[in-house]
Amino acid sequence: MTDRGHLNDLLRQMLLIRRFEEKCAELYTQQKIRGFLHLYIGEEAVGVGVMQAIRAEDAIVSTYREHGHALARGLPAGSIMAEMFGKQEGCSRGRGGSMHLFDAKQRFYGGNAVVGGGLPVAVGLALADKMQNRPRLTCCFFGDGAVAEGEFHECMNLASLWKLPVLFVCENNRYAMGTRLDFSHSVTDLTQKAAGYCVPASAADGMDVLAVEKAAKSAAEYVLSGKGPYFLECRTYRFRAHSMYDPELYRDKAEVDEWKKRDPITTLVRSIEQEAGGVDMAELERQVAKEVDAAIAFAEAGTLEPIEDLHRFVYSEKPA
Amino acid sequence: MTYRDAIREAIRKALRADTRVFLMGEDVGRYGGCYAVSKGLLAEFGPERIRDTPLSESAFVGAGIGAALGGMRPIIEIMTVNFSLLALDQILNNAATFLHMSGGQFNVPVVIRMATGGGRQLAAQHSHSLEGWYAHIPGIKVLTPATLEDAHGMLLMALEDPDPVLIFENALLYNMEGQLPESAGPVDIAHASVRREGHDISVISYGMSLWKSLEAAQVLAGKGIEAEVIDLRTLRPLDDRTLIDSLSRTHRALIVDEGWRSGGISAEISARLTEQAFYELDAPVQRLCGAEVPMPYAAHLEQAAIPQVATIAAAVEGMVRPRG
Repeated sequence: MTDRGHLNDLLRQMLLIRRFEEKCAELYTQQKIRGFLHLYIGEEAVGVGVMQAIRAEDAIVSTYREHGHALARGLPAGSIMAEMFGKQEGCSRGRGGSMHLFDAKQRFYGGNAVVGGGLPVAVGLALADKMQNRPRLTCCFFGDGAVAEGEFHECMNLASLWKLPVLFVCENNRYAMGTRLDFSHSVTDLTQKAAGYCVPASAADGMDVLAVEKAAKSAAEYVLSGKGPYFLECRTYRFRAHSMYDPELYRDKAEVDEWKKRDPITTLVRSIEQEAGGVDMAELERQVAKEVDAAIAFAEAGTLEPIEDLHRFVYSEKPA
Repeated sequence: MTYRDAIREAIRKALRADTRVFLMGEDVGRYGGCYAVSKGLLAEFGPERIRDTPLSESAFVGAGIGAALGGMRPIIEIMTVNFSLLALDQILNNAATFLHMSGGQFNVPVVIRMATGGGRQLAAQHSHSLEGWYAHIPGIKVLTPATLEDAHGMLLMALEDPDPVLIFENALLYNMEGQLPESAGPVDIAHASVRREGHDISVISYGMSLWKSLEAAQVLAGKGIEAEVIDLRTLRPLDDRTLIDSLSRTHRALIVDEGWRSGGISAEISARLTEQAFYELDAPVQRLCGAEVPMPYAAHLEQAAIPQVATIAAAVEGMVRPRG
């Protein structure tokens, strides 16, 4: 029996991501947010579930669909929103935008927008930990699309060869932008790919936060035992378009509706009702709305970096 | 001592001085390095710090970037510049951008060394000079040591740098003999160096072309032409001041570079001289570059594709009327 406070916390985190991103979409149409905006809606159980297994000292390498990871990691919602507004109070001073959220304090290493490009960095962070005998892991998020990149295969091999503490988390949402899994992979059971590198693997129901949490905790335990990396595939689904420019010509609305029946938020609410007698959704919604509103207010009140600072952060301003 | 030994000595010193330093790349350990730079280091420092990698350029260069982010001071060896293209995504999209994308939070103190240049009949996938390309990228520094002192000292300096540094070692220089003083240490990487003084023309070069330019200057001296020869040393950031000061004395400039002519580092230098010192010029700035072909295998064709002592001397003679 999972304790009620914890279940409520998981629910609150997923709801925060959902409502935060719904606002992002609105703000995008108002042109407050520009550039590419990739929403995580539908996939919240993965980020929130995995993050339960990640400790403060561990590192996270993420993708361009990372608002959910960042929020679940504990980056302040205001600093994320301010980043998307291009304000210097943003978590990357407005230099990164939606796809490049960074936070040194939280060991959050992006926000990487070249598919597969974050994997080698994660391997290196883990290598540094291993060489320095620091008992911590690096959690690397990527999508099913990245599994087709050479870097995935190079990195699975290298991490396994050197027994590095990397938790590879594949968020399989079945589409690499608009190309369905079976149109881009000869082997569609992605866990099988890990076997070629002797990396233990499992698949979790990515629409069920409790299932993800359980799988991630067991995977993280394996990684921290020093035996090497672990490949965790979370099977999930993106409810919204790939980005704000996507007319979704590649999938049927019926398919989306079918997956929406397994909405991770309503699924968890049902579990709480069964196990713990229900939750005051109206109150939770109020709390979350307040937090999102505060984030927007923080972003609105933020300031623009002076243009004279344009050339900063190309090279370090401090010694090594 | 050779240029190769000078690099090895720098790596050894760094490994001894700082436990965060390690060397990683293809065949750096048991094989001793593709160009024998790391020969013997495995026995001295062990496989954790002299780390053989699979043939996975993107993964091990990216891992170097990650390890640097994780507090290490990795030296990454890529066999040859052409292979570095397999890791270009990591170098450009990660190493060069992390500091900026993160708003100054994450600097990447990684050093990436690789062999460059032609002249060994290795044809079109092992012989190019792409350091000028890399010099196009903000966020990295590009070093091209031509002397033993620079090969040694620039590497040590690169390891003290908080940001990514790429070092291009012209493969023909590895066997070059020279002296390295006992006291040799890190050297300045911010300035070009006048390697030979002269008043008739500034010949601006780097790497292997520097030595050819110096030899050409000797030939020209016999004909009454005194060429000033400048070693760029660092292609990014370029030291405009030293170049302009030289031009202010000679009023003519020839840039010699093994890289392709179109859009190359020579074009950049020419533009800078024209923009900043146009009224010092008595003649148009000239470029002597690699021929615009993939490098051919046949020796006579390859030699014709690269600036040579004779072609450098001829180019200078075309620009300078001998005195007396």
